[in-house]
Amino acid sequence: MEHSITAYDRVKAARDPARPSVDAYVSALFEDFVEICGDRLGKNDGSILCGIGFFHRLPVTVIGHRKGHTTEENIRFNFGMSGPEGYRKAIRAMKQAEKFGRPVICFVDTPGAYPGIEAENKGQAAAIAESLACLSGLTVPIVSVITGEGGSGGALALAAGDRVYMLENAIYSVLSPEGFAAILWKDAQRAPEAAQAMKLTAEELLSVGICDGIIGEGEALFQNVDDTLRKALTELCPLKTKALLRLRTDRYRRFTGPAVRSQEAPNA
Amino acid sequence: MDINDVYVRKKHALQVFFTSVRKTAPAELLTCKGCGGVFSKEQAQEETFICPSCGAYLPMTPQDRLALVCDDGSFRELRIRAPKDDPLEFPEYRGRLSATRSKTQQKDAIVCGTARIDGLETAVAVMDSRFFMGSMGTAVGHAVCTLTEHAARKKLPLVIFCCSGGARMQEGIFSLMQMASTAAAVERFKNAGGFFLTVLCDPTMGGVSASFAFLGDIIAAEPGALIGFAGPRVITQTIGGTLPEGFQRAEWQLENGMIDLLLPRKRQKEAIARLLRLNRPVKDGAAFFREEE
Ligand SMILES: [Zn+2]
Repeated sequence: MEHSITAYDRVKAARDPARPSVDAYVSALFEDFVEICGDRLGKNDGSILCGIGFFHRLPVTVIGHRKGHTTEENIRFNFGMSGPEGYRKAIRAMKQAEKFGRPVICFVDTPGAYPGIEAENKGQAAAIAESLACLSGLTVPIVSVITGEGGSGGALALAAGDRVYMLENAIYSVLSPEGFAAILWKDAQRAPEAAQAMKLTAEELLSVGICDGIIGEGEALFQNVDDTLRKALTELCPLKTKALLRLRTDRYRRFTGPAVRSQEAPNA
Repeated sequence: MDINDVYVRKKHALQVFFTSVRKTAPAELLTCKGCGGVFSKEQAQEETFICPSCGAYLPMTPQDRLALVCDDGSFRELRIRAPKDDPLEFPEYRGRLSATRSKTQQKDAIVCGTARIDGLETAVAVMDSRFFMGSMGTAVGHAVCTLTEHAARKKLPLVIFCCSGGARMQEGIFSLMQMASTAAAVERFKNAGGFFLTVLCDPTMGGVSASFAFLGDIIAAEPGALIGFAGPRVITQTIGGTLPEGFQRAEWQLENGMIDLLLPRKRQKEAIARLLRLNRPVKDGAAFFREEE
């Protein structure tokens, strides 16, 4: 029954290991794809895939969190949890896209950035911050599709673009419902309740403008993603850089309320 | 509401006397979280809010901090129209918000304004860890963006004292969006030639460290401050081990190349003023030598 799907059902669906990963989208949607690797600082983070390919003959840069389907893949891709090296590789790919004027397409599917000692030592916070700063000023269109889990800052680092679409069973949240329940109620078991309160489903996020459209799943999934990307790029590509950046700034600025002129209080 | 304070230099210590500060009862006592020692507000001010017995940071209000770094009476608070409360309509949040407001006498976890620091006009923000652990929700995000835009318009340098547990959980996904909006605002400010200094205080974590806090042209930190993305508890749960001594502390971050310098409280004002002077835009370099002759 359609009406009985709970927010936590969506969470479980979003995490289903059988869901297509970024590699499936790449082979279904892009031709002549070439993967690019490495942050040029000493590592290639397997949890983020970067590359260049043709989308309907238009060269585009593709960036996406990578999850595996086998144990070996899961280890290699660290369950889609990236370190700073991954975000720095993504930044490199974005800057390169900007140089050649090609749009950036991101596929988001991560439980969150990896919480580990090495990740912290190498600047997890700084890398995510730099990715957000890079996205904010990039002079080419950026379209993100949240295909599974859109977890926290690790997801936002690839989703702060011009358009954010979500698959019907994708989720997007400030933290996992388990983490959220643990922090606020000291009880991770209350995750289903947290999922309900957090407004993390595509429908709820569409209604508040954080998501720009919902992509239907099922047999036509790849065709639906293709249609959505084609429509978004048809609208975004003709925009002049200034207009594109203005719209992108406003997209995020409006979640803080209107940009009113501030008033200085009198001294006395 | 401004701070009407008087600085008196006495030997090496900087003593601060408040002639009139709202809501500061004369008998206000501060308890040290490190050793349990109890100090009067005056004693704490004399010690720059560092416990004289154990060296831990004593609790301080944004006004206390502004008094330590700003010239007497120079702070003008920016009245920023806050966005609507409780965007997620989260259970019990409104009640806790108003209780925290009356307890701290603050609207949210940040105070913004302009002040002079050793004579230099500066846009300043101070986060307040007493207010939902200094977490960033829509009000903090909006305040950071508005102050940054104000600094850009007035061509002022921007100094933000960061102190935050991360994103405001009760505002959910709307808090996450503040990371994008604040990062974008400071990036625009910097690209327009503005100087952005962040001072990371104990603690600076999560959504704040992973947005504007780590985007400073210069990133300074107070000694001993806990700085990072994931909290120590989350990391130990994930890796299932213990963390090395000193992990994520300011000194550790300096060693790892993540921050530029440590700013101890005692000479913080002097050091910030020096950074502001050093980072003024240079237009005609040769003119400086011509003046010498
Ligand atoms: Zn003490």
